[in-house]
Amino acid sequence: MTEKTPTPAVEGLFTMNPREPHLLGTRCGACGTYFFPVEKTFCRNPACDQADLQEVELSRIGKLWSYTSANYKPPAPFVPREPFEPFAIAAVELEKEGITILGQVADGLGVDALKTGMRMELVLRELYEDDEQIYMTWSWKPVEGDAG
Amino acid sequence: MSKDVAILGVGMHPWGKWGQSFVGYGVKAAHDALRDAGLRWQDVQLVAGGDTIRNGYPGFVAGATFAQALGWSGAKVSSSYGACATGAQAIGVARAHILAGLCDVALVIGADAAPRGFFAPTGGRRPDDPDWLRFHVQGITNPTYFGLYARRRMDVYGATQEDFAAVKVKNARHGLHNPNARYRKEVTIEDVVGSAVVADPLHLLDICATSDGAAALVLASMDFARKHTTAPVKIAAVSTVTPVFPNTIIEMPNLATDSSASVGLPELGFKESIAHQAYEEAGLGPEDMSLAEVYDLSTALELDWYEQIGLCPPGDAEKLLRDGETTLGGRIPVNPSGGLASFGEAVPAQAIAQVCELTWQLRGQAQGRQVEGAQAGVTVNQGLFGHGSSVICTV
Repeated sequence: MTEKTPTPAVEGLFTMNPREPHLLGTRCGACGTYFFPVEKTFCRNPACDQADLQEVELSRIGKLWSYTSANYKPPAPFVPREPFEPFAIAAVELEKEGITILGQVADGLGVDALKTGMRMELVLRELYEDDEQIYMTWSWKPVEGDAG
Repeated sequence: MSKDVAILGVGMHPWGKWGQSFVGYGVKAAHDALRDAGLRWQDVQLVAGGDTIRNGYPGFVAGATFAQALGWSGAKVSSSYGACATGAQAIGVARAHILAGLCDVALVIGADAAPRGFFAPTGGRRPDDPDWLRFHVQGITNPTYFGLYARRRMDVYGATQEDFAAVKVKNARHGLHNPNARYRKEVTIEDVVGSAVVADPLHLLDICATSDGAAALVLASMDFARKHTTAPVKIAAVSTVTPVFPNTIIEMPNLATDSSASVGLPELGFKESIAHQAYEEAGLGPEDMSLAEVYDLSTALELDWYEQIGLCPPGDAEKLLRDGETTLGGRIPVNPSGGLASFGEAVPAQAIAQVCELTWQLRGQAQGRQVEGAQAGVTVNQGLFGHGSSVICTV
């Protein structure tokens, strides 16, 4: 039996470093605006007429803006693990980038583990698997050692 | 130059799950609106349809679909889409034609036949589409966003799940006697907080259903209207604004906000800007409104709207609700129709239905739910991908 390879569910959204993954965005070299998911062809800052877009790794740690849960199985194109288990979802503000980014919360952590304002870090999470591969996505996890 | 256009007729097909084509619902609403206006279909010079994206090609060309169903008459046609704000887009097109003098009478129609359960994106693998991406890589549905906003109200303003439930209780009571509402049953706080959690902190009864339904308006120039009636309800403003960069509040269907790294925040957030622009256009303010119809996709979202349309300062919505100010008989009744809580959402019809309700209220014809002495009303709503929607009507 061969080991299944972890592979991103969609290419180009995050790095696959298991310990310190990063979301991948772009930054406009002319005005400094960040984009996630990557924006490659135009800068959406209305005051900027350049499109000098460089790929960058976004901050791994941010502040919890709000959170919720998915208690019912989302419809396709979501591919649920079976049996479906409810998961929590976080909206995390990245200070340097000035962006809030959504993501599932790491395995085993429900809304009870969360509090608005707490520090969250980016980790990888298994989304689903098929016969050959394990499909990964990003998720948010409270920074260990932070007091609630 | 006056920017008023007259609402000569309104009509709706009751909301529900009727298992029929959206076209038939739209035709029924159109016939009712024409009868209400005392006009014939052949008098209509422009038909402005609101598109539906879940009913095949006829839904994408809704204006022509309705025109064909009503019987080709040679009228000009327009079909618009703006997600939940679709109806405002169609109203905006009709109003612009009338104000520009390109037609005297326009018929606006929106109708939907909605699927059960969560709205989901259309098929295929489309990673460049934010709507596809959020479902596929994160399992994020529309209630996710409602849950995030609701939790934020709890943590920032001290709102409770009972406050949210009280919105449902109010709207269910408002909708009891509305013949077009789908749900006409009182609910209690306990019913709401005792229903299953869908997107914490929101329960099943905090979140609106998806419905079939249709709404139509006959709009006319003031000159034309004066020949047909004495004191028509008027549309004084239509706001279809987009956000100002950077929009830093997370919004459906996105996975991320704009970046504020290089540009400061705009004076008004997107949702605050929607009704604001309508007030500016009408030369009126929130204090002039007798009622409001707001888009209560969730109970907690209704509370957000109180603040975003200027009924109270940020953080005071729960107090406004608890004091009964937004209940029928209060200072500024919100959703006297029963709102989405009593209707469920029929996407392209909803913003038009809001205007139907304002019309009945301003004519004094809203039986069983009348706001006494109503002089002016505001609707507000927002569609995915940056579609503002707000209409102000006056007598």
